[in-house]
Parts: sequence; C-alpha cells; structure tokens
Amino acid sequence: MRTPVTLRFLGMLTRTGWIALALFAAITLVLLPVLHVYVPHDNPLHVSNYVITLGGKIMCYAVVAVAMDLIWGYAGILSLGHGVFFALGGYAFGMYLMRQIGTDGSYHSTLPDFMVFLDWKTLPWYWTGSDSFLWAMFLVLAVPALLAALFGFFAFRSRIRGVYFSIITQALTYAAMLFFFRNETGFGGNNGFTDFRRILGYDITSPEMRSTLFALSSLMLMLTLLLGRWLMTSKFGRVLTAIRDAESRVMFMGYNPLHYKLFIWTLSAMLCAVAGALYVPQVGIINPSEMSTANSIEIAIWAAVGGRGTLIGPVIGAALVNLSKSYFTVAFPDYWLFFLGALFVMVTLWLPEGVVGLWKRIRNRGRA
Amino acid sequence: MKRFLIALLLCTLPALPARAALDPALVKQLAAEDSDARIAAIQKLGTSGDPDVLKVLKALASDSLMVTPDGRVFLMPEDKAFDAATGAEIDPVPAEYDAITINNRIRSELDNAIAGLRLLNPDRAVRLAAARELQSDPGIELVPVMGKALAKETDAEIRHLLRFALDQANLASPDAKLRLAAVRALGHDASPTTRGLLLPLTDPANEADAAVRQAATASVKAIESRLAIGDTLGQIFTGISLGSILLLAALGLAITYGVMGVINMAHGELLMVGAYAAYFMQGVFRSHLPAYADWYVVAAIPVSFLASALVGMALECTVIRWLYGRPLETLLATWGLSLILIQAARVLFGAQNVEVGNPAWMSGGVEVMAGLVLPWNRIVIIGFTLFVLALVWVLMQKTRLGLFVRAVTQNRAMAGCVGVPTARIDTLAFGLGAGIAGLGGLALSQVANVGPDMGQGYIVDSFMVVVLGGVGQLAGTVWAALGLGVLTKFLEGWTGAVIAKIVVLVIIIVFIQKRPQGLFALKGRFVEN
Repeated sequence: MRTPVTLRFLGMLTRTGWIALALFAAITLVLLPVLHVYVPHDNPLHVSNYVITLGGKIMCYAVVAVAMDLIWGYAGILSLGHGVFFALGGYAFGMYLMRQIGTDGSYHSTLPDFMVFLDWKTLPWYWTGSDSFLWAMFLVLAVPALLAALFGFFAFRSRIRGVYFSIITQALTYAAMLFFFRNETGFGGNNGFTDFRRILGYDITSPEMRSTLFALSSLMLMLTLLLGRWLMTSKFGRVLTAIRDAESRVMFMGYNPLHYKLFIWTLSAMLCAVAGALYVPQVGIINPSEMSTANSIEIAIWAAVGGRGTLIGPVIGAALVNLSKSYFTVAFPDYWLFFLGALFVMVTLWLPEGVVGLWKRIRNRGRA
Repeated sequence: MKRFLIALLLCTLPALPARAALDPALVKQLAAEDSDARIAAIQKLGTSGDPDVLKVLKALASDSLMVTPDGRVFLMPEDKAFDAATGAEIDPVPAEYDAITINNRIRSELDNAIAGLRLLNPDRAVRLAAARELQSDPGIELVPVMGKALAKETDAEIRHLLRFALDQANLASPDAKLRLAAVRALGHDASPTTRGLLLPLTDPANEADAAVRQAATASVKAIESRLAIGDTLGQIFTGISLGSILLLAALGLAITYGVMGVINMAHGELLMVGAYAAYFMQGVFRSHLPAYADWYVVAAIPVSFLASALVGMALECTVIRWLYGRPLETLLATWGLSLILIQAARVLFGAQNVEVGNPAWMSGGVEVMAGLVLPWNRIVIIGFTLFVLALVWVLMQKTRLGLFVRAVTQNRAMAGCVGVPTARIDTLAFGLGAGIAGLGGLALSQVANVGPDMGQGYIVDSFMVVVLGGVGQLAGTVWAALGLGVLTKFLEGWTGAVIAKIVVLVIIIVFIQKRPQGLFALKGRFVEN
C-alpha cells in the first residue's frame, strides 16, 4: 500500500518539528526583516546590518553543513573538498554581480576592473551571457553539478572510498584553488570578485535587499532540511545508510551503490553551490581562499559538532562554530585557532555524535 | 720609525717608474691633434706588451697625462711631474701645461689596450680579471696581444678564458681562414652567448664566405644540441631534487599512514617543528659557538629528529591512540592538532617567516658542464635523503623495533599474543615517523621558507606521494616521490608552475581511479582493508 504524498510529507516531521519550523520561518522571514527595514536606527528594537549579514552568512553555512551531512552522515562519504562547490556557486553568481557593476568601476569600462587591469579588450568566451540573471542561476547549478557528477562517477565507479576519497577530494579543491589564483584564468586572481553594486538593478547594500537575501537564505535552509528529511525517510535514504554500513552486502543484494552515491553526491554539491551563490552577495566578496583545504575541513567539523546523520545537528553545529568564531576572532584573536583545534579534538574524542547526541543522551538518562 | 718608513715608501713610490724608456715619438704622438694618430700610438704602445706602458695609458685614461705647449708629455699623478717616456721626475713642474683630453673613441681603444697590458701582468689575479673583462666583445685589434698572452699563459682557467676571447675577436677578422677556425673552435662551447655570437655568421648578409657560413651553422647546431642536453639534465636534476624533498616530507607519513594506518593531518606541522628546531640550533650556534656557526646544520640533525619525535609521541599518547581503527575521526582530530601546533608556533616565534641561513659550505655550486650548474644545497639534500632512506631501511629491517613494527602491521592480535607490547610499539613507530618528518623539516629549512604555515603546503603533496606509491609500501613511496618530482619539473618547463601543479594533481586523481591501491599494490586478500 502506498502512502499518499501529502500524508507522507506531513509525516516527515513530528508535530513539534513542524511547529519549530513554522516558528523559525516566522522569525527569519517576517520578524527580523521587518525589524531591520521598518524600525528606525535609534530604536532599541532595530536589527543592525551586522546581525542580518551574520545571520544570513550562518544560514548559508548551515545549508553547506546539511549538504555535508547528507553525504557524510548518511552515505559515509567524507568530502574534504566541498568548499570547491560552494566557491564555484559563488563565482558563477559573482560573474553576474560583476557585470551588474556596469561602468561604475574604477576604470568606467564595461569590462570588470580586473580585466581592464590585465589589459583584456573583450570578455573571455566563458563570460558569455554572464549579464543575464537566469543564465547565472543556471550556471550556479550546472557547473558544480557537472564537476561533481564527473568526479563522483569516476571515483565511485572505481570504488574509491573512505580516506582515499577524502584525500583526493582535498586534492581537487587544492588544484581548483591554484587554478583560480592565476590571473589568466579570468576570475580576478587572488583578489577574486568584489565591489558589487546591484542585483537585478537594485542596490545591493539597501536594507530591503539585505533583508531579501537574508530571507532567501532562510528559505533555502528550510527547503534543504525538508528535502533532506524527505530523502532520508524514503526508501532511497534507507538504501543509502545501508551502503554506508555495509557496501558489499548491499551490492550482493542487487543494488548498484554507484547510482545512489552519485545522486546524493551531486545533490549535495548543488546545495553547496546555491548556498555559495546566496553567500557572495551578502558578504560582498568571493576569492580563491574559499577553496582552501582548511575551509573544506571546517565544513566537516560543523557537521561533526552538531551531530552527524541528524540533519538538524549540522545546522546547530554551523551556527555554534561560526558564532564562536565571530566572537573569538574579535575578543581573543590569538586563541581562535587553539579553540577550533581543541574543538576538533574534543568532538572526535568525546562527542562522536555531536551536540544532538549529547542532548539525546541527557534526555534518555532523565527518563531511565 | 714606522711613520718614517711609510713616508719613505710614499716618496719612493712615484719614483719607481725609473725604467727603460718608451719610444719618445710614440709617447709624443699620444698628445697629437689628430685622433687617428693618437689611436695608432695607443695601439702601438699597447701591442708592445711592455708593462710600463700601463702606467702611461692609465694616466691618459684618468686625465692625469699632461702636455706642455712645446709638446713635452708627462704624468702628473698628484703635484709632481714625471716624464712619460723615461719616468724621470721633472723638477720643477713645467709652468704651462694641459691635460690631454680624450674622446669616446679613443677611450674605448685605450680600455682595450689597458686590458691587453693587464693580460701580461705577472699577478695572476690581475690577469684573470682582465681575461674576464675580455669575455664580452673584445676588439679585433687585441688579437695580437691576446695571442701573445695566450702563448705565455700557464694558468688553465685564464687560458680557457683567453682562448674564448681570442676566438670571439677572430670572428670579426678580415681573414676568412681565421674566421673559419674561430667559428669551428667556438662550436665546442655550449653557452647561449656563444650561440648568439655565431648566429649572425650564418646569415649571408653578415658573412660573405660560404665555408664560414656553413661552419657557423654546424657550430650553432652543435651548441644547440649540447644546450638541450644540458637543459634536460638540469631538469632531471631539479626534478630529482624536488623529488627528494617530497620524499623527505612523505617518508614519515608513509610510516604513520602507510604502515600504521593513521591519517595524520598534523604531519605538515611535524615538518614545521623540525624546521623550527633547525632555526633554534642556528640561534644557539650564533650566540654561543660563532666560530662553528656553519655547522649548526649537522648539530640540528638529532635535535630536529628528537623535537618532532617527542611532539609526535605526545600526540599519539594523548589523542591518536584513542582513535585507531576510525580513520575519518583521526583525520579530523589530527587536523585540529595541526591548527593548535600552527597557532603555538605563531605565539612562540611570531607569525612572520623566520630566517634560516644556508651554511657557507652549502652555497654556490659545481659546474658539471657549460650551462649546467648544480647548486650545493640541492646536492646536499639529495645526499641527506639517501642517508635518511638508509636510516629508515636499517631501522625497519635490521632492528628489533623494526621487526616489532612490521609484526604489528601485519597482524596486531597475533603480535600481541606472542608478547609484542603493541601499544608501546605504536607510540614508538609514530615517534619514528614524526622524527623523520622532523628531518624533512630540517632539509626544507635550507631550501624553503620557514614559518608557521609552512607545513600546510606539503600535506596534500605528501599524501599524494604516499597514496600514489601504495599504502604500506616504502619502496613505492620512493618511486612515487622521484617520479612526481621529475614529472613536475618537466611540466613546469612547458606550462609554468601553477598549471604543472594542477596537471600533476589531476594525473594523480586519474591514476588513483585506475589503480586505487597505488603503484605497488598488495595483491590478494589484503586488498579489501
């Protein structure tokens, strides 16, 4: 007997889950944007630029963390190269943002400033159509998806997994970073893209635009969570966890792990890319250091801190780590790396199931 | 007394040119109105080979050769006058005189003549310097002087330089036979400069004689092929040297990862610890043993090894031990450790790179053939790599510790059953891997920047080497490191450094798809886990 889709959809989350989601939506989609745009600056209820930008940034990171959870927590594939998909999404949308500057750059040319600086006369072929918003959206999804699908196909087909896979994804993002650092690659070299002016003709720094991007990030995060929940409570999710736990057995039962892994891997890369595209206009810069190996490993720690295989855990983890990063790098700049390093060690040694696991353990002890 | 002696010496010095007189007519001609006459006089004086002429010509070059209205030529270095031809002092100084002025054409003639005279100087250093100066564009008029000097010269190095200068000068000779001989002789050389000299002679516009053109073409070809060989050998050498650096960086990892199965992301930081230990030893030697400062590198060998080994064993005991069998968790935890080590280095030594100098005996290089200079520091590092390899081989194959390590690698439970203290062996093996990383760091400190972030750049490369070589295969690691080094250097020649690096990474990724177990795969049942 098949469950109707609507019932299946509603049954994805518990009653508390739906209420929490609705509450989150009410706060991030309505309350905070309204407080930011319509409440005057001197009012204590006004939400500052800083809060909106930080919040939007963290929600983008949370999407990446959930994408990481989909492949690491559920499929057991630890990617140390997810930064490359995030950055590619950012670059794809950044191209559009660069074109939107128009002739307002320092050289008043129709070309982006860095191309004038390199003495290029025309746009390179791969910038064709970059002034179209729709094409930019298409690139945001298509380029990372293509890279992920190609890379994943070859890697999973030769049954590369575990640490091997982690290390070659690290090599992938490292190679990509070196490639984007070159000025001749045509993406602004080590300065990357910055100095954005507008999106679809609207000022990028206006409170309305900030609020819109903030709300979009929140919407993206909620959709990602729901999509993840939908997938992982379906048969597909069950097969995936089975592959994680005993790949050979799943193969002997007649499933081809390649298709499952490839699908979730590509999906995860695309989610990262969308998060990257939302991230870039909010922070106002994208450069190759987003592809550094350190950044990609940090994504893994967000998921680990929150708790792998829980979907909500990585969101909490991303928020916790990045909030403490914002605090530490201002208050004790010398100690942030000590803290982050200790976090890596402590979570792996004592909190293998993350904050969510800890919470469950405490609750169970209370019941027993 | 001393002061008196010096005064005496100062008095006698200008009087020294008491000697056999020069041809007064030629000397007089130096002050002639006509430039051509003066040049002829300079050339004639120059070719005489008489060392005493040098003084006169130098005086002319420095505007201290004077002439009286009645045509008397004399030197006036300071406030005394000496006759140019005889060297005798003229007292009193003539009432009316003028400095002999020279134009640029005369000056260049003069320089050549002076160079020629210096070639006949009894002092070897003067001759050598003169021969060096003649390497670029010697004038044809110097041919006789150089020929004379070459005939008298006994020093091999100066002879070599002179012959080259002579051949070069002869290229402009009006005599086609001399040109031909010079072109042929220069064909035995192998430098880009020689090629540049010969190239115009292959063109009929510059060279009328067909035989010379032909010889020049042949010589250019010979030089080019020799240059290409030198170039290739040079690339192979830098490739091997890069490979040996990769090997030093990866060898420790091959033990901890390959043999023990521990993914140590803090490996790069163990290299850094070794490099900072070298920096520390340099400081100790500079402040306490400045006389032996150049030998700090040797003293740093055990210090770097021990420093990294201790840090490594501390990491193993506190963190890594609890994570055996959970490779992905180990990866994250060791990454955290690497962040802590980096920050610790920043706090202790500052965020800037520190200066670690090459000892004097490591600077410079040996010229193996023309255009191919092998720097000493690279040669020393290759030798050092061989030493470390031998050390690892002896430790792993010939000692009890090595035996135990191999036993634990092959079958941990069985090794424990027969009484091998597996936990302690793990710590020691990890310390060994870390110590070898420290030696790698010492080597890196001689060729690369030493700073808190230095390890980060090597971690991806080291893993690539180990994975490419095959996990658990020390021999595979060696071949993989050398292969990657040479491949990278050759690619750099064609595509530039960054693209070469990317291409190498892509090649490795593709290669691992094909052979997931590396170059030297274990066969049979070991393959799964």
